[in-house]
Amino acid sequence: MDRYLVIFSTVCFLVAIAHTILEMRAGVFQPRRFNFVAVALGFIFQTAFLSIRGNELHRCPITNLFEVIIFVAWSVALFYIVVGPAYRLSLMGAFTAPVVVLLQLFALLASIDQRHAAKLPPNSWLEFHASISLVAYGAFALACIAGVMYLVQERQLKTHQLHSIFYHLPPLSDLFAAITRLLWWGYALYTLGLISGFFVGEPLPWLQIICAVGVWILYGLILQGRYLRWFAPKRVAALCIIGFSAALTLLWGITFTAQTHTP
Amino acid sequence: MNLFCVGLSHHNADVETRENFAGHAETDRVLRSCGCSEALLLSTCNRVEIYAAAENLIPTEQIARCLTRTQVLELDGHLENFYRYEATDCVRHLFRVASGLDSMVVGETEILGQAKKAYEAARIAGAAGRYLHRLFQRAFRVAKQVRTHTDITRGAVSVGSVAVDLAQRIFGDLVNCKVLVLGAGETSERTVRALASRGATDLRVSNRSPERANALATAVNGRAISFEQWPEQCGEIDILITSTSSNVPLLSQEKLAPILRERIDRPLFIIDIAVPRDVAPDVNALDGVYLYDIDSLQSIAEQSLAMRREQIAAAEEIIAEHVAEFGEAILRGLNPPAQTSEHPAVGESSLRPSES
Repeated sequence: MDRYLVIFSTVCFLVAIAHTILEMRAGVFQPRRFNFVAVALGFIFQTAFLSIRGNELHRCPITNLFEVIIFVAWSVALFYIVVGPAYRLSLMGAFTAPVVVLLQLFALLASIDQRHAAKLPPNSWLEFHASISLVAYGAFALACIAGVMYLVQERQLKTHQLHSIFYHLPPLSDLFAAITRLLWWGYALYTLGLISGFFVGEPLPWLQIICAVGVWILYGLILQGRYLRWFAPKRVAALCIIGFSAALTLLWGITFTAQTHTP
Repeated sequence: MNLFCVGLSHHNADVETRENFAGHAETDRVLRSCGCSEALLLSTCNRVEIYAAAENLIPTEQIARCLTRTQVLELDGHLENFYRYEATDCVRHLFRVASGLDSMVVGETEILGQAKKAYEAARIAGAAGRYLHRLFQRAFRVAKQVRTHTDITRGAVSVGSVAVDLAQRIFGDLVNCKVLVLGAGETSERTVRALASRGATDLRVSNRSPERANALATAVNGRAISFEQWPEQCGEIDILITSTSSNVPLLSQEKLAPILRERIDRPLFIIDIAVPRDVAPDVNALDGVYLYDIDSLQSIAEQSLAMRREQIAAAEEIIAEHVAEFGEAILRGLNPPAQTSEHPAVGESSLRPSES
């Protein structure tokens, strides 16, 4: 039954997308209020789902790929709600909603909500490790979204082809500042998640550990490159997209391995 | 009671005609002596309009006479230039004017401020009463709604404002931007002034003639840089405006690339308004460099204007809704059924404009 909450949440994000498309077609796009309210409502439904599922499981609801995806989508919405208004990134809702919808639609349509037959033993370190890492994914996802926005804006400025969307996108400097902050948040949380992984007390597959460290090194290099001026902002934006794709692949790998190894 | 508008605008009258009928300090008083219960003069560089409410029909000719500065002016040649809108047409016209749809540059917002000033002047003079008060307050609301719900005011439509708009799209706040002006031409001066008006304070001017550099630097409250030193400045500045009369490009990819390595994380916006161009076009290919020449700035201004024109239909829809709702209401107020009339006489209300 709690899946209905995910469906309602997806509908909210879909409404935000439809509203954006319709208004942009009519050339009367007013991104701020409506998208923010739609995303916030979707976030409330996500929170309700995670809360109900958590109560049922008596642990953080990240026990299968379905829950993990919803948790990541929730983190993305959380960071949008926190970061979006702070940086006046008015159009970010329009870019965030499709990512969340894609994640949730995949979760709903694929039969991945497999409940474990046996109750999983409580492991607070494991829960902390997994949940904090997933929240970090939310920050990386939003950095990726800001990266896409940066590349769209940059492309228009370079080619001198300014479309209607140009006037709704934030200035390049604001976007770059937001990307940097989100990378820092994500990196700090991910580091915390990685460190806590060593305290879970359970053997973890080496491949998982290597991949997780690989993602950590990749984001570390992006941040290092940003401060040591190895990369221009455009490259940092592109690397945020690559980094998140890598992180997402790793996440899928981890949950897939975890599910196949669970009795 | 008749609510009407009589006027001249850039659409149908040249500037000389508009000057002749620009109104004067006594226009409100003269109009009321002609029989207008309420009257308001909106006089801008592109239009002269009278909005009025009167018990009887006042001919356009009489209104035109009230607008002349010299009584000897012959009306015959000019009268056909005047337009006249009555009742809901008058309401629609004002809503379009206030929203910038009737302006020379579609979507310009200055007209709204001018309409507000005209209304305020008429209110203080006691010439605007309950009808004009309601009409203009609604017009201000409509203009705001049009501005908020359409893209009619989006995009800059002159070279200087396009440059400023682009600078804000790149840097956001211009307060911390360092601007270098190369060449002390008129367009570059206008552009740097526009940037300064949006907050840019670190302004540097370089010119082959140090006197002209100093003069412009003083005029814009900036500092002069010797012409030999300007390439070094490229490592520091955020915006470069060039308008020299050089026959060969002053800045090329080869010259700029090594300088940019030191400032890879900061964008450089180059506005090249010189003809022939001061900056080689391939500079735009460098990471973080946004080069705009005069043609690209003009092309963006035209794109913006075209985009604004596309918004007219959406704006007209908003206006039509308000006209339908408000036009009916105000007309009911203007001509109330005898048995239900509870309104005070309009002449009386016009003496107490702040009441409504």
